[in-house]
Amino acid sequence: MSANIIIIDYGMGNLRSVQKAFEKVGFSATITNEHSIIKEASHIVLPGVGAFGDAMQNLNSLGLVELLNTQILEHKKLFLGICLGMQLIAQKGYEFGEHNGLGWIEADVKRFKDGPLKVPHVGWNSVDFNNPSPLFKEIPNHSDFYFVHSYYFDTPPKHVIGYSNYGIEFACAIQKENIFATQFHPEKSQTYGLKIIKNFAQMTKESIC
Amino acid sequence: MLKHRLIPCVLLKNWQLVKSIQFGSFRTIGHPTATVRIYNARNVDELIVLDIDASLNNEPINTEIITDMANECFMPLTIGGGIKTIEDVYTVLGAGADKVCINSEAIKNPAFIKEIATIFGSQCVVCSIDIKKVAGNYRVFNKKDGLLEIDPIELAKEYERQGAGEILLTSVDHEGTTLGYDIELLKLFKDTLHIPIIINGGMGKPQDGVEALQNGADALAAAYIFHFTQYTPQMIKEELKKSNYSVRIL
Repeated sequence: MSANIIIIDYGMGNLRSVQKAFEKVGFSATITNEHSIIKEASHIVLPGVGAFGDAMQNLNSLGLVELLNTQILEHKKLFLGICLGMQLIAQKGYEFGEHNGLGWIEADVKRFKDGPLKVPHVGWNSVDFNNPSPLFKEIPNHSDFYFVHSYYFDTPPKHVIGYSNYGIEFACAIQKENIFATQFHPEKSQTYGLKIIKNFAQMTKESIC
Repeated sequence: MLKHRLIPCVLLKNWQLVKSIQFGSFRTIGHPTATVRIYNARNVDELIVLDIDASLNNEPINTEIITDMANECFMPLTIGGGIKTIEDVYTVLGAGADKVCINSEAIKNPAFIKEIATIFGSQCVVCSIDIKKVAGNYRVFNKKDGLLEIDPIELAKEYERQGAGEILLTSVDHEGTTLGYDIELLKLFKDTLHIPIIINGGMGKPQDGVEALQNGADALAAAYIFHFTQYTPQMIKEELKKSNYSVRIL
């Protein structure tokens, strides 16, 4: 069965660039927030640029929180969260107040402390793969990826598959069974970023769970 | 570790990418999408494209060609030229750009920077300042209005206060000359800003990049060296690495 990849449209940013990254590696992906289409998906991608609270509010108002919980936690569909889409799977976010996240991973999303390093953390930074994951298949350890963020994912090591360092060491890639997420932008990280997109698209539920 | 970036900075004119020499005598580099594909293959770290038809000739922003380039660009893409309103920013980002580069409009109205940063975030705004040296003093230069009685350092500080994410400094005198970056200018800027400085204008050999980083540049923009010399982005980065600067090498 070929992959049916859905990119969740919830009004938060660079959906088209994620879509064209899938196209570049030979897959098509549909941008939508229609429940009936999302239910048919094999792969669900949650990208996002913007603020945590706004994002959760948008997901809620589109009825997507319950739908995603069912599709990801019960039906174990393959999930990829990118940037804000990774942060949203935490329990709580502290951007402009305290907000509940999807709560799939034990984590809080906190702001980098100001000074001496500049916030946001923007640019190419290396990622240390501390645990093997099919997401990083055929990608050399310590490769560089493109980051843009002011908040980081504070989580126990259990589900962390990649760390980066910006003043502090922080988790920048996660895998928990069928749930994958990256703080960096694979769609903007050229060769190895596109490889991550391809690795994800080529996975099957059976190969992971 | 965060890396120093090497960024092609090219101009869009009559549906072609071009390179200027001291802001005049344009030389064609190639077709936009083909050129972006090559940059992508060569793993440059970002790309800046300035639409001079839109900025100088008041033509509408060429969203068709921006979309075509963005479709080939799997690295961050900054687009500038003729961006005057928040609607323009929406248009350019909607076409696939990741950041906008603002020059003339910010000189007229620095609060425009704040407006963009509030809606899209500081990481989205690059402020471009063109600088010319006259009688020993550096002054802001504008392509339309010519030399202005504005101190570039004061202008850069104002942009930072307004929420700019990065400053692109272009030396008009060095631009397209391969004489090396304007190091004297960089020395004046050193330790004055808390946001990254991208230096532009004059890179003719890899060692010029080393010298710029030694003197306070955070990132290097260039064009001539990529198209009219024997040096590749990879060779430049290897030279930077030899001098112990962290760069992304594949």
